[in-house]
Amino acid sequence: MTSAITTGFIPQAKARPPRIPGENYLNVAFGVKSWLFTTDHKRIAILYLVTVTILFFLGGAAATVIRLNLMTPYGELVPADTYNKLFTAHGIIMVWFFLVPVVPTVLGNFLVPMMIGARDLAFPRINLLSWYVFTTGAVITLWALLAGGVDTGWTFYTPFSSKYARTNVLPTMIGIFISGFSSIMTGLNFIATMHTMRAPGMTWRRMPLFMWAHYAASVILVLATPVLAMALILVGVERAWGIGIFDPELGGDPVLFQHLFWFYSHPVVYIMLLPAMGIVSEIVTCFARKHIFGYVFILWSSIGIAVLGFLVWAHHMFVAGQSVYSAMIFSALSYMVAVPSAIKVFNWTATLYKGSIAFDTPMLFALGFIALFTMGGLTGLFLAALGVDMHVHDTYFIIAHFHFIMVGGAVMGYMAGLHFWWPKMTGRMYSEFLRKLAALIIFIGFILTFLPQFVLGYLGMPRRYHVYPPEFQVLNVMSSAGASILAVGYVLPLFYLFWSLYGGKPSGPNPWGATGLEWQTPSPPPTHNFDETPLVISGPYEYSTEEGALVH
Amino acid sequence: MFAEVPLFPEQASTTAQRVDLLFFFLCTVCGTMSILIAGLVLYFAFKYHRRAEDARTPRITGNNRLEWFWTIAPLFVFFIMFVWGASIYTSVAMPPPDAMEVFVVGKQWMWKIQHPGGQREINTLHIPVDQPVKLTLTSEDVIHDFSVPAFRTKIDVIPGRYVQTWFQPTKVGRYHLFCSQYCGTSHAKMVGIPSEDKDEGIIVMEREEFRQWLGSQAATGSLADQGRQLFFKFQCITCHSANSEARAPVLEGLYGRTVPLKNGRNVVADDAYLRESILYPEAKVVQGWEPIMPTFKGQADEEELLKLLAFIKSLKPGQTPVRNEDALPPLDAPKVPSGGNPRPRESVPTYRPQGKSN
Repeated sequence: MTSAITTGFIPQAKARPPRIPGENYLNVAFGVKSWLFTTDHKRIAILYLVTVTILFFLGGAAATVIRLNLMTPYGELVPADTYNKLFTAHGIIMVWFFLVPVVPTVLGNFLVPMMIGARDLAFPRINLLSWYVFTTGAVITLWALLAGGVDTGWTFYTPFSSKYARTNVLPTMIGIFISGFSSIMTGLNFIATMHTMRAPGMTWRRMPLFMWAHYAASVILVLATPVLAMALILVGVERAWGIGIFDPELGGDPVLFQHLFWFYSHPVVYIMLLPAMGIVSEIVTCFARKHIFGYVFILWSSIGIAVLGFLVWAHHMFVAGQSVYSAMIFSALSYMVAVPSAIKVFNWTATLYKGSIAFDTPMLFALGFIALFTMGGLTGLFLAALGVDMHVHDTYFIIAHFHFIMVGGAVMGYMAGLHFWWPKMTGRMYSEFLRKLAALIIFIGFILTFLPQFVLGYLGMPRRYHVYPPEFQVLNVMSSAGASILAVGYVLPLFYLFWSLYGGKPSGPNPWGATGLEWQTPSPPPTHNFDETPLVISGPYEYSTEEGALVH
Repeated sequence: MFAEVPLFPEQASTTAQRVDLLFFFLCTVCGTMSILIAGLVLYFAFKYHRRAEDARTPRITGNNRLEWFWTIAPLFVFFIMFVWGASIYTSVAMPPPDAMEVFVVGKQWMWKIQHPGGQREINTLHIPVDQPVKLTLTSEDVIHDFSVPAFRTKIDVIPGRYVQTWFQPTKVGRYHLFCSQYCGTSHAKMVGIPSEDKDEGIIVMEREEFRQWLGSQAATGSLADQGRQLFFKFQCITCHSANSEARAPVLEGLYGRTVPLKNGRNVVADDAYLRESILYPEAKVVQGWEPIMPTFKGQADEEELLKLLAFIKSLKPGQTPVRNEDALPPLDAPKVPSGGNPRPRESVPTYRPQGKSN
């Protein structure tokens, strides 16, 4: 009897003809064409998974050379120009072609329809188009980065980028510009889907927090990306035709670019983080077997982050000749945006209280997220303090801070989500031993890589330095050593996840005993997700009721 | 080896002491919070780890009082951090009036430094201990950043603009000078790093020693003197002269005063205004005068502008040079409008100090 495993929904009358036993979205069709022309959100998620994974390792390769070069103070491995191109490539690939798209386009694409009980996204063809647009942008940018490279840093500060740089600035920006449309399409698609395609009974207050996180992130994607597009166009116009916008020689204002750039690039951090936070809310409840603590507060904190995230951009410019009053306003607002993040951490902690906590790999990653994100967030308080920012701005303190947020936070969250939903996506479990080892190696490698950078930063070592004073060497060597451990940690999952496709045990529909709608359908799911349209009768985290506790 | 690893930067300015105090406060608060959260997570993890596969848990959905507590409580702590941080930042933005002035021009990839006495240095700045030093900085090309970790000071150096900062060194010694804003190929070499064989970077000396150092440096006259020569070379003197038929305002005692503009507004004649008026004369025309001045953009470079500024700042009443017949108007200077500038002597602001008239 199916109702025994469904605290969340009651299956309605059969909406579709019964499918062939064992048929799912993976084996319904074969061949390259069936993938390249698919409009199934689950298949598109896999396309994205492959694309962003390749991009992640390319960005990681650049980071590897950077860290190797910094083993000695004299920049002996690569010349200065190459070094500058490497950190630019690392930043551009990781930010625009991995961190921004990764959770929404892989896990979001796969799960948004499934978690709200829909058959697909609202615009399946736009969804496929977004992947083509993204890939086109990525290919153009990669070509620009490999054939000559760019040395402006991922931030493209003017007038360096608009006038002085002699590298492939324009092609790189064109690639980023194009991929921005993919972000907008994905954001619009999610918003439309959540508004129009929720299953009967799936009210807004019954949506999983992962969905709310995606809703908030989608709003940012749609509102912020056009500003970046405009900023890039303006740089391009000045660079190509000498129309004065940012160059003071032409009557422009170089700091204007920073305002436009950070108006996008600060909220973008929350595009990376919010979905990762959503993942943690799903995983902590599942493995503690508890209802989420403070659902409404977490929900509103996501919205709060999305709104306040737009009002703090100038905290990237405290030492850029800003007026004292403007700096004070942005400092105060930056403290405000820390509050909703703190609310989430407190609520996750409270969710563990009186739970029944299991330490499967997704939970290890999620706890790792909480630890590293908390440290990243707390060091943000240092940067919001005007007096301290004056000292640590543009040093390794900043590097360490945002790697805690983006790698310790967003990537850790993504790893948690990938391990959590991998059995759903593939129908297979991965190696018990290796997966826990990987979680441990990533955590230790990460701490060793980035903790010394806080010390380096307070000592004053500036970022983007190809050579550095010799007394900073020991800390840099520690950081590089940590990075090599971290690299092992990231390569391991590649192997065991791939191996699980062939050698993994079948996972069954719900290996973790989770309550979400996506677990109420076979793994891997059929193309149309649900045999019967579900009728939702309760909220998403009913782990403590009679039936919920028995779900396995 | 590890004995030589520095873990905390030298504390060599008055600001450094204030920044470090706030830094330690932040470390204490954030350290406590980290330990609290990590402690709770670990405690719960051990206490409530899953013992039986069919373990039951209580259904707890939240607690509003607790939620509001941890929403509002951080705000109080954050408020302290905000006020404390802002107070340091504000005082760094306001140089004390008795500060010694130094001018800095950044370019790819070096720091050019000029003392008021005309002494010049590259990637090196000699200053006396316990003396406030005010920096006026600009860039010739891209954005740079003048950063001295031992002073906890950092400021972006922006082309087309003057920025200012100040510090007061408290300890004799040699300190790192970095460019902290990425500026191209040799960004990492736009530095002054003192070492055994190189005396560069920020060099803080005893006052007496500093005076000797100043004296030992070859300088072709003070900055103001050099500016005076430029004032003739660029033929500024043709119009801004003390002659009765001068075609432009006299610049004596101008610096720091409020100037009425043609459009009815007022502007304080600070460094930025003077710079703008030399490069873009039509931008802010003084009341009572016609916009006949040609631009000197492309003729005077950043260092020359600083010299001209130093000269204008040094002009006391009655010191404006008189034009002699050798000094012709600038080549592309427009003719005086027919009938000359409308300037009955009494109503024209000449910037001679007039009590509190402004």
